[in-house]
Amino acid sequence: MKVTLRVWRQKGPEAAGCFESYDAEVPSTDMSFLELLDTVNEGLIAKGEDAIAFDHDCREGICGMCSQVIDGQAHGPDKAAATCQLHMRKFKEGDVITAEPFRAKAFPIVKDLVVDRSALDRVMSCGGFISINTGAAQDANSILVPKDDAEKAMDAAACIGCGACVAACPNAAAMLFVAAKVSQFALLPQGGPERARRVLRMRAAMDSEGFGHCSNEAECEAVCPKEVRLSNIARLNREFLRAVIVSPE
Amino acid sequence: MKLDAKIPDGPLENKWDKARFELKLVNPANKRKFDVIVVGTGLAGASAAAALAELGYNVKVFCIQDSPRRAHSIAAQGGINAAKNYPNDGDSVRRLFYDTVKGGDYRAREANVYRLAQVSNAIIDHCVAQGVPFARDYGGTLDNRSFGGAQVSRTFYARGQTGQQLLLGAYSSLMRQVGMGSVKVFSRREMMDVVMVDGAARGIVVRNLIDGKIESYAAHAVLLCTGGYGNAFFLSTNANSCNVGAAWSAYKRGAAFANPCFTQIHPTCIPVSGEHQSKLTLMSESLRNDGRVWVPRTAGDRRSPAEIPESDRDYYLERIYPAFGNLVPRDVASRAAKRMIDEGKGVGKTGLAVYLDFADSLKRQGEAVIKEKYGNLFDMYHHLTDEDPYRVPMRIYPAVHYTMGGLWVDYNLMTTIPGLFCLGEANFSDHGGNRLGASALMQGLGDGYFIIPYTLGGYFGGTKLPKVDTSHPAFAPAEAGARGRVQKMLSIKGKRTPASFHKELGKIMWDKCGMSRNAKGLSEALAQIPKIREEFWKSVSVTGSGDGFNQTLERALRVADHLEFAELLVRDAFERRESCGGHFREESQTQDNEAKRDDADFCHVAAWEHAGPGKDPVLHKEPLKFENVHLAQRNYA
Repeated sequence: MKVTLRVWRQKGPEAAGCFESYDAEVPSTDMSFLELLDTVNEGLIAKGEDAIAFDHDCREGICGMCSQVIDGQAHGPDKAAATCQLHMRKFKEGDVITAEPFRAKAFPIVKDLVVDRSALDRVMSCGGFISINTGAAQDANSILVPKDDAEKAMDAAACIGCGACVAACPNAAAMLFVAAKVSQFALLPQGGPERARRVLRMRAAMDSEGFGHCSNEAECEAVCPKEVRLSNIARLNREFLRAVIVSPE
Repeated sequence: MKLDAKIPDGPLENKWDKARFELKLVNPANKRKFDVIVVGTGLAGASAAAALAELGYNVKVFCIQDSPRRAHSIAAQGGINAAKNYPNDGDSVRRLFYDTVKGGDYRAREANVYRLAQVSNAIIDHCVAQGVPFARDYGGTLDNRSFGGAQVSRTFYARGQTGQQLLLGAYSSLMRQVGMGSVKVFSRREMMDVVMVDGAARGIVVRNLIDGKIESYAAHAVLLCTGGYGNAFFLSTNANSCNVGAAWSAYKRGAAFANPCFTQIHPTCIPVSGEHQSKLTLMSESLRNDGRVWVPRTAGDRRSPAEIPESDRDYYLERIYPAFGNLVPRDVASRAAKRMIDEGKGVGKTGLAVYLDFADSLKRQGEAVIKEKYGNLFDMYHHLTDEDPYRVPMRIYPAVHYTMGGLWVDYNLMTTIPGLFCLGEANFSDHGGNRLGASALMQGLGDGYFIIPYTLGGYFGGTKLPKVDTSHPAFAPAEAGARGRVQKMLSIKGKRTPASFHKELGKIMWDKCGMSRNAKGLSEALAQIPKIREEFWKSVSVTGSGDGFNQTLERALRVADHLEFAELLVRDAFERRESCGGHFREESQTQDNEAKRDDADFCHVAAWEHAGPGKDPVLHKEPLKFENVHLAQRNYA
């Protein structure tokens, strides 16, 4: 099978970027899309040219490093999958496949398809935790958590922090990302003491990092590789409202 | 070089208590005068950095990825062991210790493993307090499942994403400290060298992967938490960026490398599908709780699995090992799969796979229950293979997964370089010749949360460390060395890509030093690897520039390290003329083809000392004493 890749090339954050086309032979449809990029890069290096830069690491959909918009969709056409889990069997002979970086004000481009998502870490440092020092914990089973709450907390905690929700949002909002963390801890008794403080601080950090506001487009839920649900954003909003009323902060 | 393991004397149960009492303390006000560098942010690194910052130390953290949350611990699936005995099924600290020593085929230190079992329960307590959403029962208590090599259910889990959840727990504690100003994170940095002052580690040199600048950082101690070296085999379950570089640079500065030949081939991975493959994907061992492994009874039976009736199937693990069944340790399960495949009973297009079948469990427990336990793993398998494991059995094959060997450390986790500590998979200490499932997460977090906070204090409290910053004359040459290496690589301008060398090395490693090893193959590998290395330095092509984001250069630097390190791995495998755990020497096997140890000659840790470029490394032996566990041929039947 032959396909054509249209890839965003940009030398650095300040440089102008453009699409470049590469014809690629796909030896096996079991190959992943990133492995096709590897092959294209092998060809470029052999010709003495600079390889296409793209983020990737675990290549099994869990580290959240890969971050491409493929054919207009964050992480590509496959549902509930990260870029690295997209396989060439989803394409057909002659397809022109377009690969772009995640685009958002808060995610400056580093090079080609690589962006800087450190804003998400900074938001986490403002409240994405439970304040517990090592050694201070009581016996694990002394905290009882209803099974359904634990399952819902796990659904939210499955977020891999890839930022696809931001890339897909017309406002480049980080609501689903923040909602996932706020929900996880709001659903668990351990998160109780910091509940109000957490949501207020994370929301403020999200705004100051340049993420946009939520206007209920639900694009984030549609592209989330871990299927983190929109209901978490509703919970985030309830938590925020509760915090504003309850907490004087 | 003298190896002093510094194991406290006295009864096993009291050693850690004794050590903690004897280790010097640093008073709270003085802790902030100490700078600590932590390289790597997986379970060991993130937990150590968080715990040390909580105590008041100034911590600088370095990681390759764009965020500390992406270290490869994130991909650990099945669970974490602890001796809680919540299921009331006979577990205890003693039993967890015993199972781990036996599982490691009696090549780990008793004292280290016992301490690990002792701290295991506190890990679970701490992780729950951090908000890790472990699986629970309806009454709200924690649930457990079984893992290989144990007859009790001691594994705590968060679906098939336990590593992710534990790492995010440690990461959240780390980010809390970042917010408080006690930790500074340096992401997208790759360690190039350890800087030595007066014989002690006092800093590191890193390459900034964004702008290519070589940077120096000074500290009072350096902690390497940089994971394993499975990528020396090219194809492994490791993430693409995992590499031996940091540990290797420490080795070249005088840190002994222990038991490099102890590599774990995991029995349940998704089989290789073709030449294009860039990595292999694990299917958690936890699946063996409910999946049954089988092959057709007759060689060459090419029928589809649905067409093969029960009577024509061989559930070989249940047949050969009735006591442990599908839950034998990984090395045993991998070799059994290899034997079946060598007999021509392999399945799938390539014949290089066996079945892992959930049909019975799906019938007994229903799809909803199986989905709750393993949903994400089934989805991963489906994405990758385009086959639905709820309908057809999974095809699995062994793959390089974890490395038990690593930098030699004493009981305090310090390498042979004073002030250089090594934690988690990167050290050698707790798993012997084979790691049991769900023990890696336990060790990484045990080292980071509950061991290094004590032993590092002991080092600081008992050592005079003059003030050193990056203007010290030891930094400039280390920086120049790193720059020179980059320049040299860029100047070759050859014809071959770094990846092509990596593949070539990986093939030799897998064929000659993989699941089954013998003297002839190993000596062939020892002759071939230096030739590939020579060719690499003559004809590698690294495009792009040194002063910018350049993944081709990153890859080339890592491949260069693997090309050096692989030779040490093979040499160690050659010298260890016994089978034990994951190290299977064909010359040393029982009548039933099980690994046969040679305790008379090889009951030791092999610690290799760098002797300088072009010289053979020097082998030192740390004898292993077993005073609490009786050395025996492992028996899982």
